[in-house]
Amino acid sequence: MTNVNPMKPSQRMKIPRQESIEQEAQVRNRNFQEVSHGFDEERASTEAQRCLECKDPVCQSGCPVNIDIRSFVQLIFQKDFSGAVNKIREANYLPAICGRVCPQETQCEEVCTLGKKHAPVAIGKLERFVADYEMLHDSFTPFHIKDQREEKVAIVGGGPAGLTCAAELAKVGYKVTVFEALHAVGGVLRYGIPEFRLPKAILDLETERIKALGVEIYTNFLVGRTATIADLFDEWGFSAIFLGTGAGTPTFMGMAGENLSGVYSANEFLTRTNLMGAYKFPENDTPVKIGKQIAVIGGGNTAMDAVRTAKRLGAEKAYLVYRRSRTEMPARVEEIHHAEQEGIEFLLLTNPTKILGDKGNWVCGLECQQMELGEPDESGRRKPIAVQGSEFVLDVQIVIEAIGQKPNPIIQSTTPGLKTGKRGVVEVDDKQTTSRAGIFAGGDLSRGGATVILAMRDGKIAAEQIHQYLLAKHNGELVQ
Amino acid sequence: MFINEQREKNLFRIISKEALASTITRYVIEAPFIARKRKAGNFVILRIMQGGERIPLTIVDSDVAAGTITLIVQAIGKTTKLLATMREGEFIQDVLGPLGNPTPIENHGVVACIGGGVGTAELLPIAKALQSAGNTIYSVIGGRTRDLAILEDEMKECSHQVFVTTDDGSYGRKGLVTDQLKDLLDGYVGINAVYAIGPLPMMKAVSNLTKQYGVHTLVSLNAIMVDGTGMCGGCRVSVGGQMKFACVDGPEFDAHQVDFDEMMMRNRTYIDMEKISDHRCTVYAQADVLEGGVAR
Repeated sequence: MTNVNPMKPSQRMKIPRQESIEQEAQVRNRNFQEVSHGFDEERASTEAQRCLECKDPVCQSGCPVNIDIRSFVQLIFQKDFSGAVNKIREANYLPAICGRVCPQETQCEEVCTLGKKHAPVAIGKLERFVADYEMLHDSFTPFHIKDQREEKVAIVGGGPAGLTCAAELAKVGYKVTVFEALHAVGGVLRYGIPEFRLPKAILDLETERIKALGVEIYTNFLVGRTATIADLFDEWGFSAIFLGTGAGTPTFMGMAGENLSGVYSANEFLTRTNLMGAYKFPENDTPVKIGKQIAVIGGGNTAMDAVRTAKRLGAEKAYLVYRRSRTEMPARVEEIHHAEQEGIEFLLLTNPTKILGDKGNWVCGLECQQMELGEPDESGRRKPIAVQGSEFVLDVQIVIEAIGQKPNPIIQSTTPGLKTGKRGVVEVDDKQTTSRAGIFAGGDLSRGGATVILAMRDGKIAAEQIHQYLLAKHNGELVQ
Repeated sequence: MFINEQREKNLFRIISKEALASTITRYVIEAPFIARKRKAGNFVILRIMQGGERIPLTIVDSDVAAGTITLIVQAIGKTTKLLATMREGEFIQDVLGPLGNPTPIENHGVVACIGGGVGTAELLPIAKALQSAGNTIYSVIGGRTRDLAILEDEMKECSHQVFVTTDDGSYGRKGLVTDQLKDLLDGYVGINAVYAIGPLPMMKAVSNLTKQYGVHTLVSLNAIMVDGTGMCGGCRVSVGGQMKFACVDGPEFDAHQVDFDEMMMRNRTYIDMEKISDHRCTVYAQADVLEGGVAR
């Protein structure tokens, strides 16, 4: 590995980490346009100079999909932006998405050598830059597929795991069909992540690129109902199936008042806003209710998305109610930071106990109690304990619960022999194989609830495994 | 093979369209995959155009050979009114299904099937299935007025006897379906189960009546839905004190366990916004707008 940057390491270290261009917090919390505009060419070039070009690029091993980060950053340094995005695409077919939603701070950037003494290279922003540059200049070059293979593979669920698996298999030459239940693919990228974090036009474009690999997409097709897994094998003639149906079933806390009007699961609130475009009501037909004061319960990325969405929809007060403290919050630091800037009020160590309703069955308050932190629980986080006599009522008209999702049971209940575990997840080994031959699974369906990039990692590993499985099957049949 | 012939056809063309009443229309729609899997009690989620809302509609019938499903829809909201303006040969943007659990069909001996308004359309496939399972069926179909008491002939084909009631007495017995049902329960026909589909107040009244007689009753709940696959939880209802999702746990439930009052209030959640949508839908400005709930 040769270096391309003539600067000495000491010079590179003196360059400050580049900041991306962002919309002002008090402006953006009233619109649905993207928060961050990322890097311009100058910032990207400067940032690429910071890379130390390590002999052992630890950043790559920090990447769940094993992107050759060193090489793509070098290509940016050489101003070969097109080469850089194609280098990423060798490992990851959704660079514009990953550059936006990956938690780089706990992956590639966390292990970046430069980060030991200085700020790490802004790898995520660079990834986004080259992907955006390609879109802006319309310079996408389709991947050349060398061989065409006979076997057909079905991908169930068009989310990050499924789309990645589809792209990787198509690159190897398989005939791939994606079955998506909703009217558009993307899964959580479509219904969950808001427009201001991931514009849907970008998702649409990345999807078109996957289709350009020859991947066929069926929307409005709920596997388990429209056709079963058995049908896909027997009637449709698929040789292998990847399940990536995610964790789409919302959970509720089980407190009184949850069926009042004005109570949403984060899934419903976000699906109405993102998938159905309720933020443009009445131009779009689907409505969503918003109050002067709203409360979102939870501390994860979904909670952040919901509360920031509520603020943009016009809530004067948008509270985030979380029963532990800031340190235990599972949300990305960047999202917490953005939420604070936008005027979200964090009510930490606060546990909701009851939703209060008026005569018309509408939410009129959220009863809460203060908590304090005790000993660590099984998750390793300090367990919150209620403070006696600390109950109070929060004046809100809308309550959104973002306390976690579990897998949708439709596939599991209609596929005999598919082993499931805790909270209904499909059990897989480290190669994403399930208990049924020819069926592979990954993403939130097997994890219960994780990140987009881990879902993509699973999809990628499953694709490799499906390839091996079909090769073995093919060869075995030839021997017979 | 079936699949190869049909796979290019996951498009939803309106094959035929027929008015059953001034606001009620029967649509036959090309949807071969759904047609093959559909059972009595299943529904579809339909979106007629980009930017449109997703609404649940019960599948009334299907023809596997023709690859079609039948829907009977009353034009009461923006989407259903726009649907009514579509012509034969045009395509509906999205149709997803079959969704929900099929109706549990068993031989009860003698059953009563109670349909109110367009609910009778959803009752018809269930009545047919109950007849095939060997039940003797007494049907009561009701409407506010003669026009809205629909499908009498079709119900006659699978029923031992059909009674019609209208609120205004313009046809059949003047009164409510529950008046007729009470007479049946008081009589000597020995009704062992009741299936009731119609507006929520009607289903609630039926439930209250049959509870007094201790007769098992199933109702189909027309909750507000978005995805229809168990993903949003918007259609949650209280059944026996438990939270259930109408889309995946239902849509049919034991009537005596359902909290109808809560559901009626939940179905009014968007009533102000529905009026805004409806107002924008000028095509059917003269149409008679019914109160509350979602289109079925």
